[in-house]
Amino acid sequence: MVGENGAGKSTLMNVLSGLYRPDAGEVWIDGTQVHFRGPGDAIRRGIGMVHQHFMLVPPLTVAENVVLGREPTRRGLLDLEAAVDQVGETCRRFGFKLDPRARVEDLSVGSQQKVEIVKALHRGAQVLILDEPTAVLTPQEADELVAVTRSLAADGHTVVFISHKLREVLSVAERIVVLRRGRKAAEVRASETTAEALAELMVGESNAAKVASQGARAPAGPVALRGEAIDDGVAVHGVSFTVRAGEIVGIAGVDGNGQRELAEILTGLRPASGSLRLMDTEVLGASPGELRARGLGHVPEDRLLRAIVGPMSVEENLALGRHGRPPFARGPFIDFSGRRAHAASLLESWDVRPRDPSQRIAALSGGNQQKAVLARELDADPKVLVVVQPTRGLDIAAVRSVHERLRAHRDRGAAILLVSLDLDEVLALSDRLYVIFGGRLSVELAREDFDERRIGRMMLGAT
Amino acid sequence: MLELLEALVWSTLEFAPALIFAALGAVLSERSGTVNVGVEGMMRVGAFAAAAFALVMPTPLAVLLGMAAGALFAAIHAVLCISWRSDQVISGMALNLVALAGITFLLESMFGPSTSPSIAQLGRSGFGPLAQVPLLRALSGHTALTWLAAVLALAFHLVLGRTPVGLRIRAVGEKPSAAATVGVDVIRLRYLCVIGSGALAGLGGAALSTATLDRFEHNMPAGLGFMAVAAMVFGRWSPLGAFGAAAFFAFGRAVQIGLESSFPSVSDVVPKGVLLALPYFLTLVVLTLQGKKSRAPAALGTPWEPEAR
Repeated sequence: MVGENGAGKSTLMNVLSGLYRPDAGEVWIDGTQVHFRGPGDAIRRGIGMVHQHFMLVPPLTVAENVVLGREPTRRGLLDLEAAVDQVGETCRRFGFKLDPRARVEDLSVGSQQKVEIVKALHRGAQVLILDEPTAVLTPQEADELVAVTRSLAADGHTVVFISHKLREVLSVAERIVVLRRGRKAAEVRASETTAEALAELMVGESNAAKVASQGARAPAGPVALRGEAIDDGVAVHGVSFTVRAGEIVGIAGVDGNGQRELAEILTGLRPASGSLRLMDTEVLGASPGELRARGLGHVPEDRLLRAIVGPMSVEENLALGRHGRPPFARGPFIDFSGRRAHAASLLESWDVRPRDPSQRIAALSGGNQQKAVLARELDADPKVLVVVQPTRGLDIAAVRSVHERLRAHRDRGAAILLVSLDLDEVLALSDRLYVIFGGRLSVELAREDFDERRIGRMMLGAT
Repeated sequence: MLELLEALVWSTLEFAPALIFAALGAVLSERSGTVNVGVEGMMRVGAFAAAAFALVMPTPLAVLLGMAAGALFAAIHAVLCISWRSDQVISGMALNLVALAGITFLLESMFGPSTSPSIAQLGRSGFGPLAQVPLLRALSGHTALTWLAAVLALAFHLVLGRTPVGLRIRAVGEKPSAAATVGVDVIRLRYLCVIGSGALAGLGGAALSTATLDRFEHNMPAGLGFMAVAAMVFGRWSPLGAFGAAAFFAFGRAVQIGLESSFPSVSDVVPKGVLLALPYFLTLVVLTLQGKKSRAPAALGTPWEPEAR
């Protein structure tokens, strides 16, 4: 099943798994109509759902998580030994390598996902629903998952595989259902369609997405941001890199390998040793305010936490960081009309909807919030921009627009450091890239060396 | 010296049960994900109900009714926090204020301004000949509640760590969405835990008015409920930890009273208020030392909304 963010995929699946109750309509399993009053009912009818955000209890062990809700007991007490045996048996039967005694919080994301699948199979699931299962995986892990999915299907299981990565759906599915704005837009056989056709069905326009890689461009300018042996002793170890004016440098990596901390160091939010030169001035340890004054822009990873103040208006958010200067202020006072006019023109040129500067920014969709953040940061015309996960949670149209804006800003001569967990995004945007693993950067890779397989291996620590 | 130690142990065992029950109650509620700072109020309700009922029925029965009153009072907290998703700290504090004013009203309209009439205390069992042995003497002559406190702590530890329902309580407190997707009824389990928490706090209150003393006094439980919450944090949200912390705080209280009665001259040097503040000060020191090492349940204070996205 494919569809953009907000097309209703997860909601529909939550109805199938008994978490939500439908207002109307029917659910049928094997020729019988069913009414689920809760997830327990769905599980009893053999429906197992693997949620996009894992439904695992981190401090509990794999075995405890799997048996939760139908625990084996001996004389009224929890029989943990039996649980370990049973879960081990299920793992063997379906070919998963998991230690039932390991604590879930100590596992990698890929292994946690396997725990989720084992959890469903252990409950005798015949219908397996995988909600955006590859969103958090490396290419290798994703391939492995696709193979597991195929073998489960061959084994007689029904699998609903949800994704917005078309390539993946085409390789894993027999039939593809396209959802658009809560409605079924089409149902096609995988063998009879193409990625382009699917994209068109998803977006509903003929100018469907093809996040194109850029051709040759003018050579990059002088080094605008240079890090030397940056180290915080915790998550980032001896990181050195350069970003030149007029280029986008990507940092690819699996979540939790220090990219978040590195971005925090570069933007003055986290102390570290080493050297960081912004336009040839040493700035390591400078406050975020000083860095901004020197021409550094920052699009943080967590929009709600760091980029916007949800309950405040769009225009107030657009003024953040420069609120003490014209056109946002006159002397010590807020310049309300100047701020309003500036906000209105930004909303117009960035196509932020609705065009209402007095709207609470929290009421905007994720894509429009992100556009507003980018509008604010790029409006200050930073010489160096640090962007983290700029398109997380955005739909195809919004992703495209964000990517175009970033490229345009680069072409105006800015240096951009892009940190993203989405490898496709890093590959599509970057002129050069580094892979981060365990807080260390790989050698830099030029555009002509971008090889998804090899980068995937590097993301897992292999060289 | 030996006598002093005996006295300290004896009065620790006298003070400890109320604190232990209340601390276990706090643990039960919070492990399931609902903050409970209303322990103080729940204790007050339990203490008053037990003392009032003991006037017309056997005291053990009255203690059970005290528990029931605490549970009923906690049910308000459950409705507010779980069904209506209100702020859990505010709800708990509101309960404390309601208990303070409501019980004061009942006390004055039924018995007069300061205390209830005295009642028959819970029975105390001696150890027979053992009661003559030095040191062991200190263990003799307590009510059944003293021993029940230890048994309950152990039982709670076992239930939480070794039974299916315990596993579910932990899961619900850490990640309710995960528990819900495997068919655990989050709302029901949380209700049961909060109401059980009220029953335990009510038992703690009843211990004050039927075992430690023989009547309800107007200022009961005088901050013990807050100390119970502190004991829970100090004990890292585990039943045995809370038990240990509560026993430690009770010991601090025994030291304070011991100082006052054995060395009356102390109060010439140290103002009485300072001595009274000693256990609370000890609590502050302990919590400060512990710092951020404590580990609260991940979903503590977050209401569960089945259809939230």
